[in-house]
Amino acid sequence: TLPFPMADEVLFEFLHMEMITYVYKSLGQDDQSRNNLSKESYGTNTAARDENRVTLTLEHGKCISVLEGMGFRVGQGLIERYTKDTPSFKDDLDVMKFMCKDFWTHLFRKQIDNLRTNHQGTYVLQDNRFRLLTQISGGKQYLEEAPKFLAYTCGLMRGALSNLGVTCAVTAEISVIPACKFQVVIQRT
Amino acid sequence: MLRKADLRSTAVQKDWHLPAGSSSGSAHHMNTELFVLTYGALVAQLCKDLQNDEDINKELDNMGYNIGVRLIEDFLAHSDVRRCHSFYETVDVISKVAFKMYLGVVPNVICKDPAGDEYSLLLERNPLVNFLEDLPDNHSSLWYSNLLCGILRGALKMVNLATDVCFVQDRLKGDKETEIQIKFLRKLEGSKLMGHK
Repeated sequence: TLPFPMADEVLFEFLHMEMITYVYKSLGQDDQSRNNLSKESYGTNTAARDENRVTLTLEHGKCISVLEGMGFRVGQGLIERYTKDTPSFKDDLDVMKFMCKDFWTHLFRKQIDNLRTNHQGTYVLQDNRFRLLTQISGGKQYLEEAPKFLAYTCGLMRGALSNLGVTCAVTAEISVIPACKFQVVIQRT
Repeated sequence: MLRKADLRSTAVQKDWHLPAGSSSGSAHHMNTELFVLTYGALVAQLCKDLQNDEDINKELDNMGYNIGVRLIEDFLAHSDVRRCHSFYETVDVISKVAFKMYLGVVPNVICKDPAGDEYSLLLERNPLVNFLEDLPDNHSSLWYSNLLCGILRGALKMVNLATDVCFVQDRLKGDKETEIQIKFLRKLEGSKLMGHK
């Protein structure tokens, strides 16, 4: 059954935004630091310029990684509470259906809109109106920044799946804000 | 510590309308897990990044402030509160409506200062520490829930009230109570969202 919508959703959304801002700031990747570094990227010293560009990209990757890592641990914690009374799962598809319905509902009060699979361990979960993107405008300049709004959720999923016995990689991409797709690739040992 | 009598027993009882869709006494049905666990992960990250508890407290307060200045709009849109005529009423609304709405708890309000400018919120139960037993090691000066102070300060600023909000006690630290002190400083200019008479 759908839990009663409560105001704490908004609280989480705001916290999520602040968390992203903090991580970027703490790794020197906030707008001001990046602008300073960008300016240096346009200098005449090619080597230094390229290095700065690589630094920008790598540091961005670090931020994503920190956010994803935080999500991973929280996902592990959450799934324990969400599956207390559920029977065990038949197979991976069963697990993924749970993620799409129950897990997503617990997190975002709606289900995943579309699930696709190649039946070889890859699943694509589509959310046509991802709640953590609804506050962001759809302008082109935001598309570049978009991965940072998905990283934490990717971690949540990877952590939850990990506790359910599914080792995987989770990535996400935005088609048109606020729609996005999460790709789960299950790793076979 | 001498406590002033709980003002709620002597002041006019106000019936603040709770938002439609919330049921009183259903605090335990609130799904705050995602928020609470995320907050825990954030505090853990701050403890990794910043060694000094003062810095962590400050960072939490700043983040809370940024949240508060936006949360107030959501609060005003979803609650049915009318304009407050005194700071006491404001604090009463914070306790009975805002805390109830967002965290599912109603802290007790006590008056610390006869002039009426300083109040404390006593949290019998703090949802933020639901899954926490102790403060992280080596962080004995951490006000774990300091985000709340920033949120209150930011939200109140948007209704033209400059305030000082801080923790003075925390059970997590071994204190007897969990107490947030709210002190009214001055009214601010500008209409922003909702003025005060």
